[in-house]
Amino acid sequence: MSGAASSLRMALPASRSLQLRSRVLIGLGVTLFILVVLAAGIGAVSIAPLDVVKLLTSPPGSAAWQSIPQEHMQQAMVLWNIRLPRLALGILTGAALAVSGAAMQALLRNPLAEPGLVGVSGGAALFAALAIVLGGVWMAALHDVIGEFALPIFAFIGSLIATILIFVISTRQGRTSIALMLLAGIAISSLCGALIGLMTFIASDLQMRSLNFWSLGSLGAATWPMVAMVACLSGSSVLILLKQSSALNTLALGEVQASLLGVSVRRLNQVCIGAIALAVGAVVSVTGIIGFIGLVAPHLVRLAIGPDQRLVMPASALVGAILVLLSDLLARTIAVPTEVPVGIITALLGVPFFLALLFRMRRKIGV
Amino acid sequence: MLKVINTGLDIGSKTLLRDINFMIPPGELVAICGPNGAGKSSLIRLLSGELKPSQGEVHWGDKRLSEWNLLKLARQRALMQQQAEVGFAYTALEIILLGRHPHHQGANRPQDYQIAMAAMQEVDAAHLAEQVYTTLSGGEQARVQMARVLAQIWEPGEGPRLLLLDEPTAALDPRQQHRILEIARKWADKGDVAVVAIVHDLNLAAQYADRIALLRDGRLQAIDRVEAIMTPAMVEACFDLPCILLNHPDGGTPMIAARRHHSQWRKQDEHAQDR
Repeated sequence: MSGAASSLRMALPASRSLQLRSRVLIGLGVTLFILVVLAAGIGAVSIAPLDVVKLLTSPPGSAAWQSIPQEHMQQAMVLWNIRLPRLALGILTGAALAVSGAAMQALLRNPLAEPGLVGVSGGAALFAALAIVLGGVWMAALHDVIGEFALPIFAFIGSLIATILIFVISTRQGRTSIALMLLAGIAISSLCGALIGLMTFIASDLQMRSLNFWSLGSLGAATWPMVAMVACLSGSSVLILLKQSSALNTLALGEVQASLLGVSVRRLNQVCIGAIALAVGAVVSVTGIIGFIGLVAPHLVRLAIGPDQRLVMPASALVGAILVLLSDLLARTIAVPTEVPVGIITALLGVPFFLALLFRMRRKIGV
Repeated sequence: MLKVINTGLDIGSKTLLRDINFMIPPGELVAICGPNGAGKSSLIRLLSGELKPSQGEVHWGDKRLSEWNLLKLARQRALMQQQAEVGFAYTALEIILLGRHPHHQGANRPQDYQIAMAAMQEVDAAHLAEQVYTTLSGGEQARVQMARVLAQIWEPGEGPRLLLLDEPTAALDPRQQHRILEIARKWADKGDVAVVAIVHDLNLAAQYADRIALLRDGRLQAIDRVEAIMTPAMVEACFDLPCILLNHPDGGTPMIAARRHHSQWRKQDEHAQDR
């Protein structure tokens, strides 16, 4: 280092990237909040944005709730019992899928890894479906003991198996083959799809309805206990993944350099695979398969602010939440009075995006 | 002090290194030379701790490499490798900042940026800071990787440091080759840094190294002061290349030049044996 003048010049990039970091996160946070307020007001019972904010400050059971005038009571009930749990579930879903996607991409050193695409969500959906159809009295008993957590446990096992399979098939000696990963993903997704289809033949009418939405994805069933469960499982997994962001950065240099930089690569892999499986499993157990969020959100963020995982992961969480809320808003408003499954909207959005990415990466994949 | 004691390395049924013994104190620059496939890269991977020896031991400081805490070792030992693929569009500065991970394991602190920028200036790469690493030329990438390993072990104080360079000059033009080895020399001269570099060009090694290690077929042929290694006999024994000894006009560093038409020369030799 030479002198005060040059050290002043050196300090510039530091302040710039710190500023960028806080600006991006604050901007996305504000956008998400505005979207929540608007989306909460849109629907069969419409609520003006200002009223939404007012009602948000008076939760059921509080003193403020008692003082809500009679003509606003219906709005309050709709907001707190239907719209808010759905929005909360949407935020959690978007954040969990996007952060899981970003983490998978860093682990596999490849921007096409996505929980839905490579069968992680499929595995979760399959095991949840197995539990619903074949679980019978066992499932009912389990539900009595651990309530909302019964189904996610099975979904977690399914997504864990799928994630481990993907890693085992597509990586060799610390190198990942994009083509192998995508092919393995096709195989796992097809198998899960076929087995879920098989389940629908065995299923009763009631089971059938819940099975149908696994394959298409929907936030329509949101309830507060569900939200609490997802917040618990996916939320904590997302926090664990965010804590690994600096270590995940070093993987960009390869596994050898990462370990020479003091990262225990084996442990990092295990922690991340477990957290991804839990985050995705818990979400899929209540929403079904909502695809492409884990691909689109991190990619948009990287395009805008570069690949530093420490910024990509939290920003992806917010972008993922925004994308899911927007898709869900579209899903429940374009075909009133019926609802389009949100998974269809995200796929319509995500597939062209994915194809564009494939097109750009053609040479790398070896076509 | 880096100590390599009776070390061997087998991978599968193949023996890559056998009976390697040497010590390198901080303050010394040792160049590893040898023909292709001699085991140079395997040796440096052993020295970095990436590979564990099949026989013998590699010590850094008072204990075996495998007994070190990963993070503590990462703050004292850095390895620059030949090929470094990077999956995402990191800028050069971001790549260099990755070298600071063992010091913070989270967010970069202001001093990490200062060290990264200083490391870039050290390798004449400050102008590359904001460029995307994957778009750089091979030589520029090598300089950025050099800056990254320097940033990793930038601060003295946590004990002696070990700088390992696996063919740092492979992708560089002559001027840059000298620049990188000058930096390696400068770091060794700091006194608390041991530098080990694989260098293909013997004359380049002779100009900067304190000692040269000659490796062939997984064995250490010799490790000695430059003047002792740079002899036609030594070089021919290691490389099968008949050569003559010159002296550099500036300062008299020994230099090696291949004999002209040495392949014919060798054929004659074989004829002589046949008879």
